[in-house]
Amino acid sequence: MNPTAFLRFTARRVAEMAVTLLIASFAVFGALYLAPGSPASFLLAGRSPSPEALAALTARHHLDDPFALRYLHWLGDVLQGDFGRSLTYRTDVSRLLADRLPTTLLLVTMALAVVLTAGLVLGRIAAVRGGRTDAAVLVATTLAIGTPSFVAAVLLQGLFAVRLGWFPSSGAGDGLLDRIWHLTLPAVALALYLIGMLARVTRTAMLEALDSEHVTVARGRGVPEHLVIRRHVLRNALGTVLTTGGLIVATLLVCTILVETAFSIGGIGQLLELATTTKDFPTVQAVSLIIVALFMTVNLVVDLLLPLVDPRITLGTRGAAA
Amino acid sequence: MTAVLTRRPGLAKVTVRKGGSLLHRAALGFAGLVVLAALLAPWIAPHDPNAVDLGAALAGPSADHPLGVDAAGRDTLSRLLLGARTSLLGPLGVVVLSTLLGVAAGTAAAWRGGRLDTLISRSTELVFAFPGMLLAILVVSIHGEGLLAPVVALGVAYLPYVSRLTRTLVLAERARPYVSAYQVQGHSALQICLRHVLPNIAPVVLAQSTINFGYALMDLAGLSFLGLGVPPLTPDWGRMVFDGQTAVQRGYPLSAVLPCVLVVLTVVAFNVAGERWADRVARRDR
Repeated sequence: MNPTAFLRFTARRVAEMAVTLLIASFAVFGALYLAPGSPASFLLAGRSPSPEALAALTARHHLDDPFALRYLHWLGDVLQGDFGRSLTYRTDVSRLLADRLPTTLLLVTMALAVVLTAGLVLGRIAAVRGGRTDAAVLVATTLAIGTPSFVAAVLLQGLFAVRLGWFPSSGAGDGLLDRIWHLTLPAVALALYLIGMLARVTRTAMLEALDSEHVTVARGRGVPEHLVIRRHVLRNALGTVLTTGGLIVATLLVCTILVETAFSIGGIGQLLELATTTKDFPTVQAVSLIIVALFMTVNLVVDLLLPLVDPRITLGTRGAAA
Repeated sequence: MTAVLTRRPGLAKVTVRKGGSLLHRAALGFAGLVVLAALLAPWIAPHDPNAVDLGAALAGPSADHPLGVDAAGRDTLSRLLLGARTSLLGPLGVVVLSTLLGVAAGTAAAWRGGRLDTLISRSTELVFAFPGMLLAILVVSIHGEGLLAPVVALGVAYLPYVSRLTRTLVLAERARPYVSAYQVQGHSALQICLRHVLPNIAPVVLAQSTINFGYALMDLAGLSFLGLGVPPLTPDWGRMVFDGQTAVQRGYPLSAVLPCVLVVLTVVAFNVAGERWADRVARRDR
C-alpha cells in the first residue's frame, strides 16, 4: 500500500473524528440548557446551598458569562482533564473517573477476550461442520442474541454465585487475581449477547468464503482441509468480522452500565447509573463523553486496520468488505 | 440490546431448514400470546399488581398465587401480566417514532439528493456516535425518570438505521422505469413517493422495524432495570428483575427469573419473526 495515501487517509479520519467529538461535546454540554429551570437550580437538583456555595457554583460553571463563552471555558477545562466537581461525591469528577476507569477497562477487556474466543470458535465450527452442529449453534446464538446483558447478569448471579457459590456475587475485589475472579461472571454476562452476534457474522462470512472458487481450486490441488480453512477461508472472513469491531466495543461499553450495576462493581458504568439517579450532572457529562470518545477511537482503529487486513479494500470504503 | 442496534450483515442468508418453519410458527404464536395477555391483563390478572401481602412474601407457587409472590408480597403473575403492557407499549412507541421519522428522512434524502442528502447523512452519522442507551440515559438525567423521555430518546437513536435503509431502498426504486413513467405523466414527487414507492419498500422497512422492536424492548427493560425507566410502582418486566434481585441473593429466584425468561422469549420471538419476514422479502426481490 502507498504509505503517503495511508498517512493522508489517517489524517483525514482523525480530523473527522475530532469534528464529530466536538459536536458530541457540544450536545453533551448543551443538554444542560434543555433542562427545565435555571442551570444553577438544575445543577443543584434540590440541594439548598449557602450563598457562598451558590457563588462558587456560578463562578465554577461561569454561569454569568454568555453561552458560547461558557462552552469554551468548559471545553478548555475538559481538554485539560478537568470535568468539574461532582455534587454527590463532593470531589473532582476526574478523580472519580481515575479511580473507576481501570476496573471498567479490565471488565471490558475480559469480556472482549471471551467474545472473540467463543464467537470465532462457534462461528467457525458451525460453518465448517454444518449439519447438527450448525443447527445447535444457530439455536444457541438465537437465544444469546435475545438475552439482554442484565438478564444474563441476574441469571448467572443466581446460579453460579448464590446457588453454587463458585463466584462472588458482587464487588470488584483487590489485587489482580482476585479482581479477575470477581469479574469473571460479569464478563461472561457482558459477552453473551455479543458471542451470539459474532458467531453468526463469522459463520456467514466463512460460508461465503467456503463457497468461492479459490477454495474449490485449493481443495482440488490437494491442500489439506485445515490449511484451506485457515489460509483461504478464515483469512477472507476476517475483514467482515473486523467491521463489527466498533459495534462490539460500543455494545460492551454501554452494557457495562447494566452489568456493573447488577454486580455492584465500582466502575464508570455504575458511576453513570448512580450519577443519573442522584442528578449529578457533571459526572453524567464526563462519563458520557468518555464512552463516546472510546467508541469513536475504536471505530477509527478499525477503519485504519481494515485495509491492512484486506488489501482489496481501498482506503475509506469499509462497506465493500461487508 | 443494545443499545447499539445491530445490522447483522448477511443474516438474510441463513438457510431455512425444515425446523425453521416450526420455530417461526412458535415465535408468531408466542408473540401473539404476549400481545393478547397485555391487552386482556386487567381482566385476567388474579390480583391487584400492587396489593401487598407481606405475610406471603417470597412464597412459592400456590393455588392463590400460581407463580408465587415477590419480596414485597406482590403477586408475580399479576405483575407479569400488567407488566406486559408497559414492556410492549414502550418498544412500540420507539418503533413507530423511528419508522415514521426515519422513512420520511430517508425518502427525502434519496429523492432530493444534493445538500439535503448531505445534511441528513451527516446528522445520522452523528447520532451513530451516541449509542441509544447512552442517549436515553442523558435525556433521563435531564428530564427525570418516566417512560416518555427514554422512548423519545431511543426513537431518535434508532432513526438513523431506518433512514439509512430507506435511503438505499428509495435510491434503487427511483431508478426503476415505473417512476419515470409516472413522472412523464405529470404525477408529483409526493404522489409517486406516497402511492408507489413507499408501498414497494414497506415490507423491507417493516421487517427491519419488527427486529428493532426486540432491540427496543431490551434497551427499555435495561433502563427500567437501572431504575431510569418506568416509575417505581408501575409493573414492568425490567423493573421486576431489578426488584427481584434482592430475592435472588437470598435464594428465592422465582420472582426475578420469570420476567427474565419472558424478556428473552419475547425478544427472540420478534427477532425470529422479523428475520424470517426480511428473508422472505429478500428472496422475492431476487
